Amino acid sequence: MIRRTVEQVRQLAAELAVAWGAIWRRSLQTRVVISTLALSTAVVLVLGFVIQTQIAGNILQAKLDDAQNQIESGAALLERELAGVDPNREGAQGELNNALDRLTNASASDAAGAPAAGAFRAVLATTAIGANSSVSAGPLEDVPADLRQSVADGARAVRYGTVDAAGTSVPTMMIGQPVRTANGDLEFYLLFPLDSEQRTLGLVQSTLIVGGLVLLLLLAGIASIITRQVVRPVRRAAEIAERFADGHLDERLPVQGDDELARLGDSYNEMAGSIQEQIRQLEEFGALQRRFTSDVSHELRTPLTTVRMAADVLYASRDQLLPALRRSSELLVTELDRFEALLGDLLEISRLDAGVAELGAERVDVQGVVLRAVEAVRGLADESGTPLQLDLPAGVYADVDSRRVERIVRNLVANAIDHSEARPVRIMLAADENAVAVLVRDHGVGLRPGEAGLVFNRFWRAEESRARRSGGTGLGLSIAVEDARLHGGWLQAWGEPGKGAAFRLTLPREVGGVLESSPLPLGPDGRDKNTQRGRPPGPVGTSVPTPPLGWAPVPPDGVAAAGGAR
Amino acid sequence: MKSRVLVVDDDPALAEMLTIVLRGEGFDTAVVGDGTRALPAVRELRPDVVLLDLMLPGMNGIDVCRAIRTESGVPIVMLTAKTDTVDIVLGLESGADDYVVKPFKPKELIARIRARVRRTETEPAEQLSIGDVTIDVPAHQVVRAGESIALTPLEFDLLVALARKPRQVFTREVLLEQVWGYRHAADTRLVNVHVQRLRSKVERDPEHPEVVLTVRGVGYKAGPP
Repeated sequence: MIRRTVEQVRQLAAELAVAWGAIWRRSLQTRVVISTLALSTAVVLVLGFVIQTQIAGNILQAKLDDAQNQIESGAALLERELAGVDPNREGAQGELNNALDRLTNASASDAAGAPAAGAFRAVLATTAIGANSSVSAGPLEDVPADLRQSVADGARAVRYGTVDAAGTSVPTMMIGQPVRTANGDLEFYLLFPLDSEQRTLGLVQSTLIVGGLVLLLLLAGIASIITRQVVRPVRRAAEIAERFADGHLDERLPVQGDDELARLGDSYNEMAGSIQEQIRQLEEFGALQRRFTSDVSHELRTPLTTVRMAADVLYASRDQLLPALRRSSELLVTELDRFEALLGDLLEISRLDAGVAELGAERVDVQGVVLRAVEAVRGLADESGTPLQLDLPAGVYADVDSRRVERIVRNLVANAIDHSEARPVRIMLAADENAVAVLVRDHGVGLRPGEAGLVFNRFWRAEESRARRSGGTGLGLSIAVEDARLHGGWLQAWGEPGKGAAFRLTLPREVGGVLESSPLPLGPDGRDKNTQRGRPPGPVGTSVPTPPLGWAPVPPDGVAAAGGAR
Repeated sequence: MKSRVLVVDDDPALAEMLTIVLRGEGFDTAVVGDGTRALPAVRELRPDVVLLDLMLPGMNGIDVCRAIRTESGVPIVMLTAKTDTVDIVLGLESGADDYVVKPFKPKELIARIRARVRRTETEPAEQLSIGDVTIDVPAHQVVRAGESIALTPLEFDLLVALARKPRQVFTREVLLEQVWGYRHAADTRLVNVHVQRLRSKVERDPEHPEVVLTVRGVGYKAGPP
């Protein structure tokens, strides 16, 4: 029970500490105000202590001086009065009392003129310590023994102490002096109560405390105001810098005066200006590139269209032509097809390079997209007699640009058919929570060690490349990689000589999703497990997965995207 | 009677080639080389289809398209060299029914043009309705609350296709085949853009459609009659 309470308290304290730490770290103003308060508290404490000590010392010293004058004059008076008194005689008591009365009366009468030491009580006693018959007048019992001893020794002495009067302790200064008479010495004491001085000191003390507190508050206030003056423009600068970073490139700091803050504002504005200029330039380059691409596209395409139509007209009536002309028209048409494809691919890749390609993502059934791509190359497969095996589950939805995904898959399947040597090509689709993957696997010539990394290079062709039925432009896979990258996805290749090749497209199911693994293994089952677990790829020559080409942000564990297929 | 095609293109070689091909396919053709002369030509010649190049001197193809649409529902097929989504969508939004990307094959172009002029056959007397919209099919008339709504032939076809099977959900691909006459899958943006255009005419509040409903992830269907 108690332990639990203690635990709760400790937890609460820890939370408070954290919250406090956060305030302390975040607010410059709080920090300055608190530091100012702490330091000035120390200063005020020391100063107050010194002042109080000084005042107390002075008051006591003045009292002491007065008391000494008083006792001297009193002693002189007593010596005259009591010159003939024998303290050991009967009736001495009365004499002493009378003398004391006269003394107090005298001091009361000249109180107006003389520097008065204030109210006091006088004591007169015979010096007979230890003797039985001692005579005294006044409150001798209040005089401490060590003072009497000192006075008995014949010297003036001062003591401080407290005297009980009417139930309260009153701080008292006691001063004593021997008075010589004919028949021996008398002890003469004056007792000055210090309560009024104590009151004065108390007043001084409370004034100091109140003054100190007010001073502290004022200091804190001043510190707060001054820091605010500095912090406010800094805060404002921070806000504006944040807005700038959020893309409001026109945000500038208002600059007033010539002080340091104005300089900060000036240099910030300058920086913002040059950044804005850079961005504007980049945008201009982008726009220029876009317009150039579009212009080239139009300028090339219009004559190409005319040529194409003319060729088709010739081709349509090729039966009426001489054999050489007929063959020429056939060649013209097929090569125009290639030329067109090449032009289209070139423009597409330049658009991708310029970063002006847009991802028109929408939620689609990936099965449909893959099927459309497969249908587009079905003719090619039939021509070469390559069976296509489809393993495409329905209902796999993902946010993708269907036009681009269709193009990627079409390229992969056409490429597989080209290299399959009429052996079956398998097309698989699978998905998990985050990703959707399409795998295109052929059992053709395969890839030699190192080639898996090269297949995506522009215009790269394997040395043993067979006749290309699809008339590929050499840019298909490069565009496919860029398209995958645009989705934030991966396109990876695996291959072994004689065992065929596999290409795997992995895309996040939602726009902006980050891939961590693919729902499908890339190579033949066993091998890919290595890479699935993030281990380095197997020995060169067996399996060469290319790096994930998606530019997914560098994973948190620091394993760069180049660490191999994962 | 031969169908008449108005070719609006500034490139003389291409225009001539188009004329050769179209005549070979049995069309009547007229050529205009300047955007500003396109609208007068449409008024004068009353073509069955306009073949419009998007990049024109004098007047931009998009503007020509808009100008024609303000007074005529004549089918417009764009010729464009631009494949950027923005350009194509912009062209479709300005009123083109279909588009062909250069360089195209003659067969492809002819197929597109035929798809646009084919609807001259007589249709059976048929009265359809979606919500408070009534469609008189043979009269090519759409009426809502007593007011006649002017639709282009393409928009009319789209609405009729949906209204004929009120409970069926049409995928974009099916609509492309039925309305545009594409045999193979084509650009589904055609459907999206024209559904928007149709909605802006027949819906009370295009933001909350009641006539042409979207079935998320599948396609479109007609609202309840």
